[in-house]
Amino acid sequence: MASVSVCQYHSGGFSFENCKRNALLEADINKLGFSSPAARKTGTTICGVVYKDGVVLGADTRATEGMVVADKNCSKIHYISPNIYCCGAGTAADTEMTTQIISSNLELHSLSTGRLPRVTTANRMLKQMLFRYQGYIGAALVLGGVDCNGPHLYSIYPHGSTDKLPYVTMGSGSLAAMAVFEDRYRPNMEEEEAKRLVRDAIAAGIFNDLGSGSNIDLCVITKGNVDYLRPHDMEHHLIHTCLNFAHGTTGVLTKAVTPLNLEVVEESVQTMDTS
Amino acid sequence: MCGLLPGVLQLRSSFKMAAALQFPANVSTLNTYNDLYPDWTQREVSTGTTIMAVEFEGGVVIGADSRTTTGAYIANRVTDKLTPIHERIFCCRSGSAADTQAIADAVTYQLGFHSIELDEAPLVQTAASLFREMCYRYREELMAGIIVAGWDPRRGGQVYTVPVGGMMTRQPVSVGGSGSSYIYGYVDSNYRAGMSKEECLKFTAEALALAMERDGSSGGVVRLAVISEQGVERQAILGNQLPKFSTV
Repeated sequence: MASVSVCQYHSGGFSFENCKRNALLEADINKLGFSSPAARKTGTTICGVVYKDGVVLGADTRATEGMVVADKNCSKIHYISPNIYCCGAGTAADTEMTTQIISSNLELHSLSTGRLPRVTTANRMLKQMLFRYQGYIGAALVLGGVDCNGPHLYSIYPHGSTDKLPYVTMGSGSLAAMAVFEDRYRPNMEEEEAKRLVRDAIAAGIFNDLGSGSNIDLCVITKGNVDYLRPHDMEHHLIHTCLNFAHGTTGVLTKAVTPLNLEVVEESVQTMDTS
Repeated sequence: MCGLLPGVLQLRSSFKMAAALQFPANVSTLNTYNDLYPDWTQREVSTGTTIMAVEFEGGVVIGADSRTTTGAYIANRVTDKLTPIHERIFCCRSGSAADTQAIADAVTYQLGFHSIELDEAPLVQTAASLFREMCYRYREELMAGIIVAGWDPRRGGQVYTVPVGGMMTRQPVSVGGSGSSYIYGYVDSNYRAGMSKEECLKFTAEALALAMERDGSSGGVVRLAVISEQGVERQAILGNQLPKFSTV
């Protein structure tokens, strides 16, 4: 049976060789008194809703590294195929790479079958890969798209279980977003109402969850058309515009100037290689 | 197929590669705790569950609740735990959602292939054996309690239970999942051999309602299915229509 996928399936499960190497590196680094960098996580609120003509996916845009915001405007809605998009929560690298791998395999599969890929195919590929890695790939996904059988929405958990539902939320802000959905979701909504609902759900996550913040991205998928609205809503507190303060905003109590006399010791010029 | 790590199913042909479950050879636990990411974002999804199956003359009645939990959060309150494996064979899933979904997908594939080879409807016992094979072989890695139930022309309605650990046995009535502990007494005292289809439906619905009342990991709606020679009839009993008992 010819394989149409890019990645070679291991016969024998996950390889833990790099974990041994990482442990040695960790020990070496600790001896020098430093700590290895933490994995960047997307704290995140992501959600999706099925409406009359298709699917609306939504996500915030904050990526955190521990308690620090590593990226204020990262893109969490990933392309899978022209008619399928996937929001990712969890470890940023894992969601990015997993969606790229499946997108690549799905394109090959689509070329092989000669048809537009189905959402259920993407779901199966994702769940089988995540199950194979037994939860070590920290990718919690909201997969949505429109195919020949209509609009579909799936939530996919890191261990490989999936649920097919009309509305789903994932990430640390999912409880806040789900509260909005449970209150206002109706079947067969119009597009504007669905976009408003998703926007409000993500906003609830941004306001009430520390791991979520910044802007709101939306992706509206209908039969034959995708609207990738990035950003749909900018962050509400408008922190960027307040970075330039007028002279005298903060009162100056004392002022002390110390001139530093520096002399040039060495000057070198490095040519940039533009070949 | 040489050079596989221990614990992976050795298969005769590459076709069945798709039906194999693959596991890491060694497992280390990663302990990450962070205030920013509450417990339920890292816990595995579990079908807390109450599942049940009853044989009657001419078929089987199967039932399940609809709650899937990650820790204390209900990830899906309308889950369908009654999964079709073949036209007249279903399985009721309890335990880890990922494990049971993966096993059910693998067995569905294997049974479909087997049925095409035979050119006839597969036996319920065959399906149960396939589940048992997988659940026993990977018993260390899996957390899955499954009830296989269905109808075949040879032996009629049958219920086989494959609990955690990978044992398989046929029972006229079987309950499973975390909520089953609360209804063993009810089931033992109320089950009679030779009940009709309607009696079995009422019996199952009431047992599940009682379990859902007492078990935190079970709840939502009651999903029921009747499998017989005529096919499969499915129904759902919503929250406000559940059988009511004494309000203590």
